[in-house]
Amino acid sequence: MSRSPRLLLTAGVLATALATLAACAPGSDTSAPPPQATASSVQTDASKLGDVTLVVWDQEVRGGQAAQMEELNKAFQAKYPNIKLKRVSRSFDDLKTTLRLALSGNEPPDVVEANNGRSDMGEFVKANQLIPLDPYATAYGWDKRYPASVRQYSSYSPDGKTFGQGNLYGLPQVGEVVGVYYSKKKLAAAGVEAPKTWDEFEASLVTLKGKGEPPLVLGNLEKWPAIHVFGTVQGRTTPADSIKQLAFGQKGASWKTPENVKAAQTLTDWVTKGYFNEGFNGQDYDPAWQSFSKGKGSYLIAGTWLQADLQKAMGDDVGFMVPPGTSADAKPLATGGTGLPFAITAKSKHPEAAAAYINFITSKDAMGTLAKTGNLPVADTAAQQVTPGLQQDVFTAFGKTVEADGLVPYLDYATPTMYDTIGAALQDLLAKKATPDQFLDRLEKDYSAFAAKNG
Amino acid sequence: MRSPRRTGSPPGEPRRIAYLYLLPGFLVYAAFLLYPLLRSVQLSFYDWDGLTLGRWIGFANYREIVSDEGLRAAFGHALVLIVFFAVVPVCVGLVLASILNRAKVRGLPFFRTVVFLPQVVAMVVVAVAWRRVYAPDGSLNALLGALGLDSLQRGWLGDYALALPAVGFVGTWFETGLVTVLLLAGMSRISGDLYEAARLDGAGPVREFFAVTLPSVRGEIAVASTLTVIAALRTFDLVYVTTGGGPGTSTSVPSYEVYHRAFELGRVGSAAAVGVTLTVVILAISLLINWIGDREAAS
Repeated sequence: MSRSPRLLLTAGVLATALATLAACAPGSDTSAPPPQATASSVQTDASKLGDVTLVVWDQEVRGGQAAQMEELNKAFQAKYPNIKLKRVSRSFDDLKTTLRLALSGNEPPDVVEANNGRSDMGEFVKANQLIPLDPYATAYGWDKRYPASVRQYSSYSPDGKTFGQGNLYGLPQVGEVVGVYYSKKKLAAAGVEAPKTWDEFEASLVTLKGKGEPPLVLGNLEKWPAIHVFGTVQGRTTPADSIKQLAFGQKGASWKTPENVKAAQTLTDWVTKGYFNEGFNGQDYDPAWQSFSKGKGSYLIAGTWLQADLQKAMGDDVGFMVPPGTSADAKPLATGGTGLPFAITAKSKHPEAAAAYINFITSKDAMGTLAKTGNLPVADTAAQQVTPGLQQDVFTAFGKTVEADGLVPYLDYATPTMYDTIGAALQDLLAKKATPDQFLDRLEKDYSAFAAKNG
Repeated sequence: MRSPRRTGSPPGEPRRIAYLYLLPGFLVYAAFLLYPLLRSVQLSFYDWDGLTLGRWIGFANYREIVSDEGLRAAFGHALVLIVFFAVVPVCVGLVLASILNRAKVRGLPFFRTVVFLPQVVAMVVVAVAWRRVYAPDGSLNALLGALGLDSLQRGWLGDYALALPAVGFVGTWFETGLVTVLLLAGMSRISGDLYEAARLDGAGPVREFFAVTLPSVRGEIAVASTLTVIAALRTFDLVYVTTGGGPGTSTSVPSYEVYHRAFELGRVGSAAAVGVTLTVVILAISLLINWIGDREAAS
């Protein structure tokens, strides 16, 4: 064969291959919503469901989380021997990256723990890969067990476009709220009382800095920790309703308000005045809070997920409070939310058994187990018997905030790209690579582009 | 019974039979390399979230690579990393190898092992270790403090100007061993006569290096450069573990963008376009290096 016919042949084969590939678009058309159960037909007695195997994907791999999951699964198996659980647990990051592929496959797990945000749960809802749980919620009484401020975090419109309202797609086990951990010894040594108002808090920063050590501990190498610090400051300057609108990515709000400018300016001022530890943008999150537990700094703005570890390391020395408001009796307002909700996949062959399982691990008894294993149950929080000290502080703080409807969502929920945008923008703001105005411009651009496209 | 006619023919004849021998290998190659590659090219023309039906959008994903400031910056960072992953290791490797080769040190295998050791350790482990070294309370700052250079202490991976060089230096540390060992192997093949002749002509060690050693290991340099440049351009694990692209976006690289777009943003089409572009860039640079190497060898 001479050279040119061979070349022609090769080109022909390649062209055919490309044409074949171009003909079939990737992905599957899942425009039809899955069939739904009705509340009256739901079998709530799991022992009557026959022999069933449920595949459950969760991310409860750490300490108390793993302990509660194991205990609850064991109890479930003992009570319903006809339902066999096949548990797959992986870390949050691993779950996030593999879940998308798993759900688009032909045999996805039955129950999955899916991150609430738009880029996870929102996308899955849009692709009709999760079923709405409302019929089960009515049958099992979940709507009464869980307050609306908690359910909003796993609610979407059926097209997945509106976050925070619509159908219920998942049920979380635990709650979380971002507040201020403080070292009692360090405050006492500086002659400062635990602040009851935001003004007192800011005044205490001046005093503590005067003692020669940066009072606030932050490790922001991962980019997301600063979101919690900013959210905490923003909660003092900006009304709850507009934070909710911004954070759920609903239309009609704006980042470019004087209140948000003030919040960003406050953070910049804190950096200028040296309230944060040196090199926080290059510091890991974990070593940062560990250094706090070893006596560095006086305050740590972080979530309730650190409670068990900090209590172990610091004992009676550590306390926790909801970020204080303008006055001592102001309505509590804090960034927070729920743990990852458990959802049921559309391709599951046993949605009733899956619902029975979710009901079991979120029941009143389960809440007791969660509290006992050092977790913060999302419902019946105030009713739990816990040890006085930090755990009591945390339970009180969460209970009080939920009761007052003062929980505002994480800011990165807003758009699929916001996690990135705000993470990088905050690093820039804190490093003074961006002014508060530039910082807010960047967030506004992301938010408004999304709001316009989302409709 | 073998046909007597065939025994006389050269191996691999007739051609049709020869292709049959290649088939199993080709099938494996096609299934695990060609098909995914073609599939990526196809995906790069779609707007696809990985879940619902994709939408054909032509070259829009590629246009974005050119127009998007963040993506352009990511490719820029990769080029900076080439300096740290390829250029510096080759220079350092040349010096190290020629010293090790000339000095005929005792325990050469030992030194060779030590220099090569970073290559044996998984990149993720390397990255975790260096993350601790660069931490604000890490060993690098401790060392600077002990030397009285407190003013230089900083959170290295959080510093906008230094995060990329800091990540790059890990690459230098990682690749130098490989380059050195490669060059050492090349140098050990150089005939002693050449050096003797050079010395008789009155060449010193430096002259000797440029006149004899350097031209003789040109092939090894080309191989080392190709390997390290590819490593630089496809760096992912190092950035993922140390900085996650931060601070801001100052250490984002194309491979990280591929991961980020596909798995975190759910923009599979765009991720595929970045991946394909990266493949083309790597191919072009490797060809260029080899072409330069060949041309000089021929001259």
